[in-house]
Amino acid sequence: MSQLDLSRIQFASTTIYHFFFVPVTIGLAFLVAILQTKWYRSGNDEYRRLTKFFGAMLVINIAIGVVTGLVQEFEFGMNWSQYSRFVGDVFGAPLAMEGLAAFFLESTFLGLWVFGWKILPRRIHLLTIWLVAVGTLLSAAFIIAANSWMQHPVGYEINAVTGRPQLNSIGALFTNPVFVWGYLHVVLASLLTGAVVMLAVSAWHLRRASEVALFRHSASVSLATLIPVSILIMLVGSHLGVIETRYQPMKIAASEAQWNTCQPCSFSAFQIGGGNDDQNPTKIIQIPHLLSVLATGTWNGQVEGLNELQAQYEQEFGPGNYIPNVFIQYWSMRVMAYLGALMSLLALWGGWLLFRRKLESSRAFLFVATWAVFTPFIMNTAGWMLTESGRQPWIVQGLMLTANGNSPSVSTAEVVISLAVFLVLYAALGVVAVFLQLRYARRGLELEHDDESDSDADPRVPALTY
Amino acid sequence: MTLQVLWFVIIAVLWTGFFVLEGFDFGVGMLHNFLGRNDIERRVAINAIGPVWDGNEVWLIVGGAGIFAAFPSWYATWFSAGYLALLLVLVALIIRGVSFEYRGKIDRNRWRATWSWTLTIGSALVPLLLGVALGDLLAGLPIDSSAEFTGNFWNLLTPYGLWVGVTLLVLCQLHGATFLGLKTDGVVRRRGVSVARVAVWPALFLVIVFAVWTRALSDAPGWTVVFLVLTVVGAIAAVVFAQAGREGRAFAATAVAIGGTMASLFASLYPNVMVSSTSAANNLTVANTASGDYALKVMTVVALVLFPLVLVYQGWTYWVFRARISVPSSVADAPTQESNPA
Repeated sequence: MSQLDLSRIQFASTTIYHFFFVPVTIGLAFLVAILQTKWYRSGNDEYRRLTKFFGAMLVINIAIGVVTGLVQEFEFGMNWSQYSRFVGDVFGAPLAMEGLAAFFLESTFLGLWVFGWKILPRRIHLLTIWLVAVGTLLSAAFIIAANSWMQHPVGYEINAVTGRPQLNSIGALFTNPVFVWGYLHVVLASLLTGAVVMLAVSAWHLRRASEVALFRHSASVSLATLIPVSILIMLVGSHLGVIETRYQPMKIAASEAQWNTCQPCSFSAFQIGGGNDDQNPTKIIQIPHLLSVLATGTWNGQVEGLNELQAQYEQEFGPGNYIPNVFIQYWSMRVMAYLGALMSLLALWGGWLLFRRKLESSRAFLFVATWAVFTPFIMNTAGWMLTESGRQPWIVQGLMLTANGNSPSVSTAEVVISLAVFLVLYAALGVVAVFLQLRYARRGLELEHDDESDSDADPRVPALTY
Repeated sequence: MTLQVLWFVIIAVLWTGFFVLEGFDFGVGMLHNFLGRNDIERRVAINAIGPVWDGNEVWLIVGGAGIFAAFPSWYATWFSAGYLALLLVLVALIIRGVSFEYRGKIDRNRWRATWSWTLTIGSALVPLLLGVALGDLLAGLPIDSSAEFTGNFWNLLTPYGLWVGVTLLVLCQLHGATFLGLKTDGVVRRRGVSVARVAVWPALFLVIVFAVWTRALSDAPGWTVVFLVLTVVGAIAAVVFAQAGREGRAFAATAVAIGGTMASLFASLYPNVMVSSTSAANNLTVANTASGDYALKVMTVVALVLFPLVLVYQGWTYWVFRARISVPSSVADAPTQESNPA
């Protein structure tokens, strides 16, 4: 395997890993802020206990999200130096702004929130968790703006001397349609992830009839979030598909394994065979017109096939293979969409039980809701594979090939070492994180008394939280 | 001042701020295992930085991203050249970051002892390695005419780089000791003060050699020597105030010494950003690595609006948590359950 392949594997795996934690952070930050707001408004102590309980899970996730995010920032320069040199003028700006506008806000106010329970006035303390939530949202905005530029470069001109893109409109980065819809999609996916995690933990406790009154509250809050979010995300995702067909037709054609141009186009529920060398897979359950609707937003829209697009690209950019990995595209799209639909059903089922006041007695629902905890992580990973693998062979669509973006001065051996180090370290971190979260999710409420032990101390002194 | 120079200054300020703030977090991380003889004392040390360390670390993230945005070619060459060293920095930052969060989550001696060690090692490695990487900028690395690094891992270990690494390591430790003297009470405070009293001497020696060596390597205008002088004055003041047991002033002095070290490094580097040991013609400079004026202008506006705001709310955090941390009175008198593993 070449240095380039290894660098790609490393970047892909560290990003996927990073994004296990990010959506939990964004989603839970909001849900915890909502729980604390409910406590602030009602004075009901159950909401205070829930805030602390889910707040501790939030903090564990933020810790790993932050340190694995550092890896992402360093990797641009370490593994993709030609890319960084080429795009820094445009791509660097949103990254720098992310740090200034979002990371400072997020981490400073998280410190205030965690340590400020007894020191800050209640109203200010409530404000700090909301600022953490806003920080996570801002951070996602800047990084998605940067990523959207790689999918559909806008707001730049090519410098005649260096041949590199130069920013000439910062506004264009944030009105890029790929950004607008992609960002909404990511925010909704994060809320969905947070809500499913909260629902799963609540369901686990309700099944054991432990603290029923308490976890009925958190189950309601998470369902109230999940119902609208799981439906909205499908609408937004489907519109994002239409946008991407416009700017990255290869991505969408590959996700349907559509080798030849069609009109109107049907959508296949499954296929047998297919992939990069097989242009005639056996498609199972074809739904007429559905691909036209998904890709173009019209009943009879035309979807260009991979073969036609390949011919166009060769004419425009010279000889080469411009077709992304069809197998990854086809299946990542289906995994994401089908699981997304299941999440809506789960949410509606839960909502109906809640309405009938049967939530805590439905063994079947509580069982399914507990195990649903894995689903958002699979969906998020599939979604990123769809979007990032679908951009290949480009690192910046139409401007730079991935093959030209790596670091010439870094040897294959060095990337082997770093990849091995990340695999071992991330595996170890993952084991500890899962172990701690499971332990905490089950027993967290029993451990509460810990932080009351120093209640006789000077209230101005921060508690020994760590 | 052109926008390019302004951004060089902003980046210098970010890295200087990072070491002034996170420097004492590194120091406390290195020292907590030794200054705290039992778990509650170690927790006092860790919690003295608990509310602020994460926000302090953001200075590094922004410092790095700032280089990416304002000087892409510098970022590309520096980060790819230091590949394995930066990998180690990342490992150290990761184990250190999770140590804070995980250490307190399970109340068992072995669990806590393990995370205390990872915190100690991670906190020591980061300033050492970043010091080497920063020193290399001025000492010079083999860089060819297309701005690519042509050396290997061993080329990164320049004598000057290693000296800067050790200097920053010792300064961070000293800075952490004066911080504990200022921010804690009881035994941890007393031990912090005594560590500082000893650590000021090697720090002073390292800083003086650093100042002379840096000046010898520098192409920068003569007036930038004021930063080197400031650094040495800070180190001398640290000796004086540490011996006199003046906690607040000793901390201010170590802050000047560590901040001065970083400011000197950047000031002495100018107008280069990375010196090429292959040929001076290959030096990366502020001018030949900078982004276009439009990008710099946009970021200048953003920085001018947001940076003061960040300073205000980070400053407010220090004000909120200004109280000294001590062993809670309810625990102090009772015999601790922990045995002493150290």
